Amino acid sequence: MTEAIARPRKLPPAPLEYLRRWPIRLSVGAVLVFLYAPLITLMIFSFNDSKANVVWRGFTLKYYIKALHNDSLIQAFSNSMVIAFFSTVLSLILGAMAAIVLWRFRFPGKTVFDGALAIPIVVPEICMGVGMLVFFAKVLPWPQEMPWPLNLGNIIIAHVSFSFPFVAVVVRARLASFNREMEEAAKDLGASEFRALMDVVIPHIQPSLIAGALLAFTLSLDDFVITFFTAGPDTITFPVKVYSMVRFSVTPEVNAASTILIVVTVLLTFLALKFQGSQALTAGHGADDK
Amino acid sequence: MSGNPIISFENITKRFGKTTAVDNVSLTINEGEFFSLLGPSGCGKTTLLRMLAGFEMPTEGRILIDGQDVSLTPPNHRPVNMVFQSYAVFPHMTVLDNVAYGLKMDGVAAAERRDRAEEALKLVQLAGYGPRKPDQLSGGQRQRVALARALVKKPRVLLLDEPLSALDAKLRDQMRSELTSLQQKVGITFIMVTHDQDEALAMASRCAVMNRGLLQQVATPSDLYEFPNSRFVADFIGSVNMFEGTLDVDEPDHAIINTAEAGPVYLDHGVTGGTGTTVWAAVRPEKIEMHKRTETPPKVDDAPEGYNVIAGVVKHMVYLGSETNYEVEIAGGKLIKVVRPNLTRWDQEDFELGEQVWVSFHACSPAVLLS
Amino acid sequence: MEQSWRQAKSIFMTLISAPLFWLVAFFIIPMGIVWLYSFGENSGLIDIAFTGTWSNYAHAFDPLYLGIFAKSIGVAVVTTFFCLVLGFPVAMAITFAPDKAKSWLLLLIMLPFWTNLLVRTYALIAVLRTNGYVNMTYQFLWERTSGLMTLLGMQPLGDFHPAILLYNNFAVVFGLVFVNLPFMVLPLYSTLDRMDRSLLEASLDLGAGHIRTVWNVMVPLAGPGIVSGILITFIPSLGAYLTPDLLGGPDSQMIANVIESQFKRANNWPFGAALSFILVYMTFIGVALQGVIESRNKRRQA
Repeated sequence: MTEAIARPRKLPPAPLEYLRRWPIRLSVGAVLVFLYAPLITLMIFSFNDSKANVVWRGFTLKYYIKALHNDSLIQAFSNSMVIAFFSTVLSLILGAMAAIVLWRFRFPGKTVFDGALAIPIVVPEICMGVGMLVFFAKVLPWPQEMPWPLNLGNIIIAHVSFSFPFVAVVVRARLASFNREMEEAAKDLGASEFRALMDVVIPHIQPSLIAGALLAFTLSLDDFVITFFTAGPDTITFPVKVYSMVRFSVTPEVNAASTILIVVTVLLTFLALKFQGSQALTAGHGADDK
Repeated sequence: MSGNPIISFENITKRFGKTTAVDNVSLTINEGEFFSLLGPSGCGKTTLLRMLAGFEMPTEGRILIDGQDVSLTPPNHRPVNMVFQSYAVFPHMTVLDNVAYGLKMDGVAAAERRDRAEEALKLVQLAGYGPRKPDQLSGGQRQRVALARALVKKPRVLLLDEPLSALDAKLRDQMRSELTSLQQKVGITFIMVTHDQDEALAMASRCAVMNRGLLQQVATPSDLYEFPNSRFVADFIGSVNMFEGTLDVDEPDHAIINTAEAGPVYLDHGVTGGTGTTVWAAVRPEKIEMHKRTETPPKVDDAPEGYNVIAGVVKHMVYLGSETNYEVEIAGGKLIKVVRPNLTRWDQEDFELGEQVWVSFHACSPAVLLS
Repeated sequence: MEQSWRQAKSIFMTLISAPLFWLVAFFIIPMGIVWLYSFGENSGLIDIAFTGTWSNYAHAFDPLYLGIFAKSIGVAVVTTFFCLVLGFPVAMAITFAPDKAKSWLLLLIMLPFWTNLLVRTYALIAVLRTNGYVNMTYQFLWERTSGLMTLLGMQPLGDFHPAILLYNNFAVVFGLVFVNLPFMVLPLYSTLDRMDRSLLEASLDLGAGHIRTVWNVMVPLAGPGIVSGILITFIPSLGAYLTPDLLGGPDSQMIANVIESQFKRANNWPFGAALSFILVYMTFIGVALQGVIESRNKRRQA
């Protein structure tokens, strides 16, 4: 008895199934190669046993060891981490407060406030960098002899200034989907304004708080331009340190340091997305929801 | 249906900018009533409800609960609880925590909270659902959670905002009877807002009909149906045939209205209105009889010959099983709605499309409307 | 329903005080000072006097700097163009992909955005340099083809000359496209996703081929998304510092590099401030333009 297992016939692509058509597949594939190949080769070549790092000579971890023993690199990394941590905490608080205020209240000057919050997001980083440079040179000179980590304060302040509007955008997007009747129900049941906010609104925006925190952390960790302009000659962050290494030469050590940075950032990104779901992909992008 | 007034709206007006949502409404609601605010969308009923709950402040007037002026009291300090249209069940709390939330706000101890919440869940037939999360419940179940949550606080008044609008037909019927029996069991005053007049008539002991911010009529369902006080109410509740005419004769025991469309209309009672004024005679479709066309028009029992009879042609027919609805066209083009119950299983007097008929009604049937 | 701030004064005050303070103290004031500087002059070695002069802005219109502005705008335009051309098919692919593939694709496209700009730019150095991957592949193909031609009895190709892909304008544009492409895909996807599919189906039903459907129906409907994407790609490209710094040659300087040198080496802060603010004005114009186009579109739809 022959069994005719009917193989499901492969149907031709439906009119709008663009992803199944080869021209689109080709261009998407090409773009993905374009975007990832340099990064992946960079990561691979961080294991290359060759100083000049042009041709693959052998697998080694020695440049990672070198990087991990590079004191100034370690210092820079921990600086970046500390700055990112404090920046995140402050940005989260300020961003959430701004988001709630804009969502909840009518007040004179609301449009101005809203617009002013959008400026740090839209304006090129160099303009902010210049602003911070001038500010910390002329208005609030940051004493260099402060103990660690207070000496990083000016960089933290700068980072918060450009991060918290992003957090506000993320939280606002989530607030938009909040059913007002929930808050009214809480008040109807006896909660005060404050309690209603804490018991009902905050739990609702919790995923966006987490996503916002991770966004702020990444923004801080990655920042180069603003940090470059704000930092004093002695305080160095990770991207700035890597920058000076890059200007010197292209060695696998730089690759190693860069790979570490990539891995940390990617991990954080995955966490962020897990918490916000696909919303993050459209809500985390600041300037496009004007 | 008298009783202790528990809620009193005194000359309540609410304006939003240039729009007047509620216009000088005065209304008293008695303890233990199942009261309904009824009207088309935009009539102001929800605004009135929200002012009672405390989410809006009246622009003018006072609201009294148990004799106390609560017009400016915030919602969390009023002895009133509301079941919202979207139910507003907190998604991040379990069912039990939801129901116990109001008690928590009152500072009730945890053990007592739990017990009372369980009791409330039993009351709405959700016993044992405590540990579940709202996203595991159906819409109808979530509504019960909202009900339990509001009732557990034993408020003086329970407000319901369009409670049945989000439910499918079968569930709606079920909830209708459940809500009425719940109210009787608990004994609390229920105030319901709805745009569905069937709901209001079926569930409420008294209704207030509103239109464009104005209070039209407050009465029991049967009074609203049989004795509407205006064309709006007559038309809004059920369907009606309206004849415009002049009040020619007005005696204590009878009256005659001369209408253009239906000829002279004879009423078996007097009307309080000046002779010569324009009035409307409203006749419900089920009170109109249809007869096969004969030479002479049939005579109506309680009216002299020639009154309350109109010649017409059957234009539309809709067979609904228990009854048949007709639309009869009379001279002048007006369509009269007639509802005929199918009284016997054998063919009674059957009418066909295009058939010529007489339609008639008793002298006690019309309601006379002055506005 | 929003409340008026008066209805919950204490909560309102608590919530707005901190962000407002921060915004003013650490953003508005610094930018304000820079703006004032743009009208100032260097006096002495350190100080800057506010003289209300327009000379700094005038200086920006010198042919040298005008040329740099023009170049920067040109680079930004080319970058935006390529991002649009490359990004649109990708956005289309994601929009019409089955749901599971959708989130993965989006993730894949956006992931590079979240890696460090410095690292991404640096990675391109290894790709574009004379003995970088592109040239290595090119050389490999050159030599193999040459060998093949000799085998077939033809004249072999001449000596291999590596393509100069680094430290020039090409590298800068390449780098900017590399860095900004994900920025373009997101708003495009966002708009395309919300589009009514039946419009495309109607176009196909009426006989238009795919290319014409895309050109005549999809692209116009994606208008607002395209405008958003252009803005998000153009402004950062215009004000880019790192990419031209690392990948550009001596004549690939863009505005941001000039600004940096004014503040660091040339010590001409007023001029640097003026240049910075010209960038800010251009940003505002871009945003305003987008707003105008958006409201005109909305009016047309109404």
